Amino acid sequence: MGHGSGGGLTQEIIELARAAFASSYLDGLDSAILPSAPGRIAFTTDSFVVRPLFFPGGDIGRLAVCGTVNDLCVVGAEPRYLSCGLILEEGLPLDQLELVFASMAGAAREAGVQVVTGDTKVVEKGRGDGIYINTAGIGFLPEALELSGRGIVEGDLVLVSGCLGDHAMTILNLRESLGFDNRLRSDCAPLGGLASALRGPALRFMRDLTRGGLGAALHELAELRGLHIEIEEDSLPVREEVVALSELLGIDVLGMANEGKLMALVAESSGEAALAALRSQPLGREAAVVGRVAARGGRASVSMRTLAGGMRLVPRPAGDKLPRIC
Amino acid sequence: MAIQAPPHESFRRRDLVEGLARSIARASEALGPIRIMHVCGTHERSVHRFGLRALLPASLRIVAGPGCPVCICPLSDLAAARDLALRPGVLLASFGDMLNVPGPEGSLADARSLGASLRVVYSVMDAVSLARAHPEKEIVFFSIGFETTTAPTAATLAGLEGSGLRNFSLISSNRVIPEALDYLLSTGELSPDALLLPGHVSVIIGSEAYAGLVERHRLPCAIAGFEPVDILSGILAILEQKLEGRARVHNSYSRAVLPQGNVRARDFVSRVYEPCDAVWRGLGMVPGSGLRLRAAFSGYDAQRKFGLASSSEPEERPAGCLCPRVMVGLEEPEGCPLFGRGCVPERPVGPCMVSDEGTCRIRYEYAERP
Amino acid sequence: MCVAMPMKVIEIGEEGEGLAELGGVRRRVSFRLLGMVALGDYVLVHAGFAIAKVDEAEAQLSLDALAECGGLGDGYPSPSP
Repeated sequence: MGHGSGGGLTQEIIELARAAFASSYLDGLDSAILPSAPGRIAFTTDSFVVRPLFFPGGDIGRLAVCGTVNDLCVVGAEPRYLSCGLILEEGLPLDQLELVFASMAGAAREAGVQVVTGDTKVVEKGRGDGIYINTAGIGFLPEALELSGRGIVEGDLVLVSGCLGDHAMTILNLRESLGFDNRLRSDCAPLGGLASALRGPALRFMRDLTRGGLGAALHELAELRGLHIEIEEDSLPVREEVVALSELLGIDVLGMANEGKLMALVAESSGEAALAALRSQPLGREAAVVGRVAARGGRASVSMRTLAGGMRLVPRPAGDKLPRIC
Repeated sequence: MAIQAPPHESFRRRDLVEGLARSIARASEALGPIRIMHVCGTHERSVHRFGLRALLPASLRIVAGPGCPVCICPLSDLAAARDLALRPGVLLASFGDMLNVPGPEGSLADARSLGASLRVVYSVMDAVSLARAHPEKEIVFFSIGFETTTAPTAATLAGLEGSGLRNFSLISSNRVIPEALDYLLSTGELSPDALLLPGHVSVIIGSEAYAGLVERHRLPCAIAGFEPVDILSGILAILEQKLEGRARVHNSYSRAVLPQGNVRARDFVSRVYEPCDAVWRGLGMVPGSGLRLRAAFSGYDAQRKFGLASSSEPEERPAGCLCPRVMVGLEEPEGCPLFGRGCVPERPVGPCMVSDEGTCRIRYEYAERP
Repeated sequence: MCVAMPMKVIEIGEEGEGLAELGGVRRRVSFRLLGMVALGDYVLVHAGFAIAKVDEAEAQLSLDALAECGGLGDGYPSPSP
């Protein structure tokens, strides 16, 4: 149990982290002292327990940075500072940890954030799963942005920033050794560019699509604001491979987890402009309008016009079909 | 109008769906209320997934029969699986759904915390691969399914003859559909007006397999695939028969179903299995509806190999659970007091809420909930 | 459980096994339940086994019959038995 008990090995881990994150705030003080900024502070936290640790398109480190960054982006904040708490299993090879740190540092650079403080604990072999990571994030909201969805009205459009289900199907295929050979990669990425592109008076609401997929996000919003939302199955952007896996395994695309996609509600008259703004971003090339708010007030529900032209309700994702997805 | 590859996409075309819906509406007007029963969880799922009930007239009801092999798997087989999974040196390989079926001592998944060794597989081939990869372990495959799934299992066992593979066996809980249909129609309270027959079971057994059934019960039948156009074509073919006063088996899935079915597949099955009486959870004993390994293959019978006594105790049913009625179409899921209240996918009370093919589970996912 | 999707045969290997593909997803498939398969055939795959070949000519006939009546929505069309 050498590492987390304050001995020389802990020092080794700290040095690895310092070298990877290269932040002046990691200067050995117990707390990072940060400059404040005008406006309000956005603050969020998330923990990451994904299995397996490494997968096409990312790893637990990249997820840990992007997941927290994205929670800040979608409330309209500019993400700035992250903390990083690690729980490591004794015996984890240090070179794996180095890879994770490098990945986190890369993601932090992409997102324009710094990892400014952190902690490491080590637990006995068999008591952890290699690595668990918690990140907390601070961002600043420069103006009085209203993105709580209070302003949503009938006719508002629902947009998604790109293809659904890439992350979930990448993990599932790896984890279950399903024998499906394909070229899918996790979409794990920071959403700052997309969120900024959408900023403006016509933007009512944003949410990043993680566990539970678009279906969960739509249901949460519908319930929060008493909405009836209708989406068009025809217009959902989904890669061919994800469609195929969805059919072959009987898994609903709407319930699939993503790690680099957002959903936005915009005023009807600004739909085209919002779509163009998303598509102008490298991560938004497959953005699409997927539905609209059919009614406000009354019972919350989400329904979908199917490929066949029928109508059905959208399932609220029932339980975790895929645990340890992020 | 060429076929778009892959073939199933053409059978989703909205224009064809709309045309069929119009024709069905017309035919239906002339007929009045009609109840069409299917016996395939995948049919129920497709109907919901494509929102087809919204396209059908209110007088035309699609009723779900016992089409879910997980739901009808008797508790005694589940108990045998649990027993074996808990034995040291044994690894139980199973289709995913079976792991969450609630039993008197919890589900198979629950048994993990007691040390049960379980692995989810997608195919019987994966279970055999596990056996080859782990000669130090006994691999037991929990074999369930109707004819579509039984054929691959039979082919796999036939292929193992002479292989010397000693550490592989299976719990045999496979069932056949025509006998169950016969039983339901002869003894059940429900009298459907017509049957929508399962497309992939029919791929194996052939359209001729239902001839006796139609003769005895004189119901219009249609074999249908699973795309929206397939299901609606099957329904229209049934309505047409009704209008003409006919009762035969229409093959609305002719691109995949032959009159004699898949002869090779049927040969494998009859080589490896023989018919027997079998219990369907919720229905009781259905004569001739089960499959037992023939003597030449009894070495692969896990219950025999591990000396498990077969249990024929009457099954306990949790209070209030209406699965037996829901499974034969006598009750809608919403009619069960537990539906969505005490019984949800995360904490199922009965099997209908567990499986992807279970009527209650499908309804809960796709429709209004309390 | 009766989920079976049409997949295209892209490789035929030894001992009745091969590869099939749908939408870029490839899967090892057993052809033991079928007699002959050819590259490019569409087969219905259930639990890793091809259970039938999709007869494209039959499919075309079905679609043609539907398209005839589909456009009009009149009468009670009878797809070929």
